[in-house]
Amino acid sequence: MPDVRTHEPDDHDSAYSGLLVNDAHWAFGTDFEDPLAGVDTTVPDGVDPATLATYCLMLGDDALVLSQRLGEWCSNAPDLEEDIALSNIALDLLGQARLLLARAAAADASQVPALPDGSPVPDEDRLAYFRDAQQFRNVRLAEVANGDFAQTIVRILLFSSWRLALLDRLSRSRDAVLAAVAAKGVKELTYHRDFAGRWFLTLARGTEESRRRLLAGLAELWPYWSELFETYDVERAAALSGVGVDPADVAAEVEAVLDQVLSASGVDRPVLPSPTGAREHTGHKGRDGVHTEALTELLAELQVVARAHPRGQW
Amino acid sequence: MITALDQDRALERARDAASAVVDPELPMLTLADLGVLRDVSVGEDGAVVAAITPTYSGCPAMAAMRDDLVRELRAAGFADARVRVVLEPAWTTDWITPAGRAALAAAGISPPGPAPRRSGPVPLRLTPTRRAVRCPRCGSDDVVVGSEFGSTACKALYRCQACLEPFEHVKEI
Repeated sequence: MPDVRTHEPDDHDSAYSGLLVNDAHWAFGTDFEDPLAGVDTTVPDGVDPATLATYCLMLGDDALVLSQRLGEWCSNAPDLEEDIALSNIALDLLGQARLLLARAAAADASQVPALPDGSPVPDEDRLAYFRDAQQFRNVRLAEVANGDFAQTIVRILLFSSWRLALLDRLSRSRDAVLAAVAAKGVKELTYHRDFAGRWFLTLARGTEESRRRLLAGLAELWPYWSELFETYDVERAAALSGVGVDPADVAAEVEAVLDQVLSASGVDRPVLPSPTGAREHTGHKGRDGVHTEALTELLAELQVVARAHPRGQW
Repeated sequence: MITALDQDRALERARDAASAVVDPELPMLTLADLGVLRDVSVGEDGAVVAAITPTYSGCPAMAAMRDDLVRELRAAGFADARVRVVLEPAWTTDWITPAGRAALAAAGISPPGPAPRRSGPVPLRLTPTRRAVRCPRCGSDDVVVGSEFGSTACKALYRCQACLEPFEHVKEI
C-alpha cells in the first residue's frame, strides 16, 4: 500500500489540514456499500414478508419522492441559508428512503426489479430507479410539482408533522430494523417540522404578499391531506402484526400539532374534506400506485441515467 | 495456535488502528471521538469486524469511513477486516467524547450541549432553539443563530456579536 502521508499536521493551521493527512479519504466511487451490512434482517415471526416489504416501500417511497422534490430547490432557493436547509432536509429523507428500500428488498426479494446478469446495481437502487410510477406507493402529497417557497413550506409542515407521528410510534415496531430506522428518523423530522412551522408562522405574519402565497400553497395541497390518514390494507395488516402503524391512529395527534401552527399563524383551517371525516380507504390513490402526472415527470428525471446504464457503477 | 494473550494483543492493535481513523467531514475528530465507532472485535481466525453507526440517516460518508477503516486495519496487519453497520441505538451527540469536544472547539467549531430528552410526543418549537452557546474564538456568549442548517447535517450557523466572526455549532441530537 503506497504511503500517502506527505504532510505533517502542523504544516497548516487550518482546521481542515487533517484532510491532507491521507488523501485516500477521497477514494469515492469505487464500490457500493450495503446500508444494512451486518444488520440482522430476519423477518419477525408471524409477519408476512411481502406485507412488511410493501409497507417499507410505502414509507420509503414517501421519503424518496419528497426528497427529489426538495432537491430541485438546490441552487434555486430564495437565499443561501434556505437553500442549504432544504438540501439538508432532502438528504435526511433520502437516507431514510435508502434504508427503507433496502429493508424492503431484504424482506422480500421478489419485489426488486430484475436487471441484466452482472449488473452491480444494489437492491435499493433497483427499487428507486427501475420501477414505474404505478409501482410507487407514496402518498400523492409528496409528488405534487413544486410551486413557490411558501408552497414548499406548507408541504414540509404537513408531511413532517404526519411522518414524525408515524415514525415515533413505529420506533416500537416488532421489526428491529424498521424500529431503528424510525427512531433515527424521528430526530430528523423533529427539526424538519420546526423549520417548516417557524417559516409558516413567519410567512403568515409577514407581508400581505407572503401571507397570500402561503394561503395559496395551503389551498393547493389541502386536498392531499386526508389521504395521509386513510388506512390501506397493507398498512392495516402491518399494524395488526405489530410491525407497522395504522395512519388513522395518529390523526388526532397530528391535527393537534397542525392546529397549533395554524392558530399561532392566524390562519383558518381550509374547509375541504379533512381526516375528521370518512377515513376508510377509498382506492385509486398514491398507496394503490395511482398517481398524478407529476410523479411520471419526476421519475423520468430521477431515473433516466440509471436506466440508460443498467450495468453502470459509480 | 492462537493463545488468549495473542488474542488480547490483536484486539488492542485492532482497536488502536480503528480508533485512529478520522471522520471524513470533521477531520479533527476520530471516529471513536465522534462516537461513530461502536465496537471492534477480533475473531479466533484473526478476522477483525469494526461496527459503525451513521450520524444521520443520509450520512454520505459511511462508504468513506468503511474504506478508511478497512485500509487502516489492513495496514495494521489484519488481512481480513470488515465493517458492519449498527442502526440501534441511534447516534447522539452525547457520544462525542471530551477529547472530541476539545478538538471541535480548538478547530473553531462550537461543541454540542446535552441532547434533548423527552417523554411523550415530540414537542413542536415555533421559537428559535435556545442553546447555551459561546463563541469558540473569543468566548463571548453574545451570539446569534444565522441558520439551523449548515455545511453538514450536524451543524448550525452562528455569528458572534462581540468579535463579529461567524462560526458553526454542532447541533444537539
